[in-house]
Amino acid sequence: MKNVLIIAGKEIQEGLRNRWVLATTLLLAALALTLTFLGSAPTGNVGAGALEVVIVSLSSLTIFLVPLIALLISHDAIVGEMERGTMLLLLSYPIGRWQVIMGKFIGHVAILSFATLLGYGAAAVALAVTEGAIDSSSLTAFGSMILSSILLGGVFVAIGYLISALVAERGTAGGIAIGVWLLCVLIYDMALLGLLVVDQGKTVSGGLLNALLLANPTDVYRLLNLGSGTAGALSGMAGVAENAALGPAALVAALVAWTLVPLTAAAMVFSRREL
Amino acid sequence: MNASPTVEITGVTKTYGKVRAVTDISCVLREGETIALVGHNGAGKTTLIKLMLGLIGPSAGTVRVLGEDPAAGQFAARRRLGYLPENVSFNMSLTGRETLGFYARLKRAPLDSVETLLHRVGLTGAGDRRIGTYSKGMRQRLGLAQALLGRPRVLLLDEPTTGLDPALRRSFYEIVADLRADGATVLLSSHALTELEGEADRVIIVNRGVKIADGTIEDLRRIAQLPTRIRVRYSDADASRMDEWIGRTGAWRRINGHMLEMDAGPEEKLSLIRRAASADAPIADLDIVPPTLDELYAHFLGSEAATR
Repeated sequence: MKNVLIIAGKEIQEGLRNRWVLATTLLLAALALTLTFLGSAPTGNVGAGALEVVIVSLSSLTIFLVPLIALLISHDAIVGEMERGTMLLLLSYPIGRWQVIMGKFIGHVAILSFATLLGYGAAAVALAVTEGAIDSSSLTAFGSMILSSILLGGVFVAIGYLISALVAERGTAGGIAIGVWLLCVLIYDMALLGLLVVDQGKTVSGGLLNALLLANPTDVYRLLNLGSGTAGALSGMAGVAENAALGPAALVAALVAWTLVPLTAAAMVFSRREL
Repeated sequence: MNASPTVEITGVTKTYGKVRAVTDISCVLREGETIALVGHNGAGKTTLIKLMLGLIGPSAGTVRVLGEDPAAGQFAARRRLGYLPENVSFNMSLTGRETLGFYARLKRAPLDSVETLLHRVGLTGAGDRRIGTYSKGMRQRLGLAQALLGRPRVLLLDEPTTGLDPALRRSFYEIVADLRADGATVLLSSHALTELEGEADRVIIVNRGVKIADGTIEDLRRIAQLPTRIRVRYSDADASRMDEWIGRTGAWRRINGHMLEMDAGPEEKLSLIRRAASADAPIADLDIVPPTLDELYAHFLGSEAATR
C-alpha cells in the first residue's frame, strides 16, 4: 500500500509541476462560471432554483469535458512511460505492476477531483453570493453532481489505462482515446436515438433500453444527474429515465463497475506485458 | 575466488516470438567482482540484464539473483539491486533531488542518503533544478546515483559510460572501485572492450545471444594466442643493408621506405625482438604493439563466426 501512495504522490507532484492541475481547474472553473451566469438569466421563467439550472448545464459540460480530460491524462500513463524509458527503471524497483497502476489511478483521480471540486465549487459559491440562500436539497443535488462527475472521470481514467496498456505506441493510444471519447459522448447517443425512432417501440423493450443505457458510462452519468427531480424536468431526460427505471444505486454501481473492470483489465494486460 | 555467488544464470534461453535474443547462457557472478559484459548492439546484453532484474522471464533455464527468482514477484532481492538502464531517462518536470527522493522511498532507503549520493556524483548544486535542464552527462550521473540507493549488493549498469566525458568517466570508475571494495557485484555492459580496459576483473563476451568467451583479460589473451605486432624503422643510409638483414630475419612487411612490420606469435616474439635489437641490426627504432582489446574482441567474434 505504501508503494501505491508513493506513486500517487509522484503523479500529483508531476501534475502540479507540469500545470495539468492548474490548466484543468482553470478550464472547468471558467466554463462553469460562464454557464452559471449565462444560465441564470432565464431562471425566473421556468421556476426552478438557480442551482438546478446550473446542475443541468454543468452536467452537460461534464459529459463532454471530463471524459476528454481523463483520457488525455491517462492514455499516456503506461505506453508513454515505456516509450520514454522511465517505466523500465521504475519496474526494476521493488514495486509490483498493479501497484504502479493503482498509484497512478489514485493520483490522476485526485487531480481530477481537485479540479472538479474547485472549478464547479467556484460556480456554486459565485451563485450563492449573487443569488443569496440556496436550499439544502439543491446543495445535495449539486454535491452528488460533483461526486458523480469525479466518478465519471475515474471511469475514463481506467479506460485510458486499458488503452495505454494494450497498444505499442503513444500515437495509437491517443487515436484510440479520441475514438472512444467520440463514441461515448456523441456517436453512441445519436445511434441509440436513431434506433429508437426507427424502431417505434416495437422490439426495443424497457429491459433492452436499460442495458443499452448502462453500456455507455456517459449515459449512466446523464441518467444519474438529469433523470430525476427538478433537473429531470428541466433537461427533458425524465421521460427516458422513467422508462429506464434504474435507481440511483444501480446507476452508481454501474459507474463503479465501469471503473473497476477496465482498471483490472489494464492491470492484467500490463502484468503480462514484456518490456 | 571463493566469494559467494550473487547472480546465477543456468542454461537460460529467451525468445521473443521467433527471435532468439539469448541462447543457452550460463554464468555465475560473485561478490566483490567487476564483470564486463561485452557484445555488439543487439547481442543480447540488455536482455540478459533484464532477465537478472526479473523484468522478463526466461523461456528456458533459471535465473537466481541474491538467492531469489527475480521474476517471481518477491521484492526482497530488488531492494539490494541497483540498475542503470541504457539511455536512462527521468520525468523532465521534477528536480533531481525530488526524483532521487522518490526512488529512495520506493527502495526504503534512508532519505538522507539522497544528499550523500547527490554529492557523490557531483550534483549537489543542480539538485533543485528541473531534470529537463540537465545535460546528458548530468542525467547519466543522476542515473548512477539512483542505482546506488540503498547500498546495493548487485549493480547492473547498462552501457554506463556512454555520453560521459573522460573526467566524468574516471570519477565514475572511482565509484565502481569503491563498490567493488565494499563487496558488491558490478556488471558493466559495453559494446567495446576497450572502454573497460583495466576496470573489469572478468570479461564475458556475447554475440547473437550466445556466450563466446568468459574469463579475465589475461585468460582471453592466452586463449586467443594473438600475434604481437613488431615494427622497426631505419634511416635512409641503412636502406641498402636492410635487404640483406630482412633475408636473414624473416617475413617482414614493408610499410614504406623507412618502416617494416611483422606479426609475431607468442612463441617467436622474444627471439625476434632479440634479433632486431642486437647491435648489428641496422635499425633506428623499434616498437612493440601488443594486441589491443579490440583485436582480442574481434578475434573472439571471428572465431565464433568460423565455427558456425
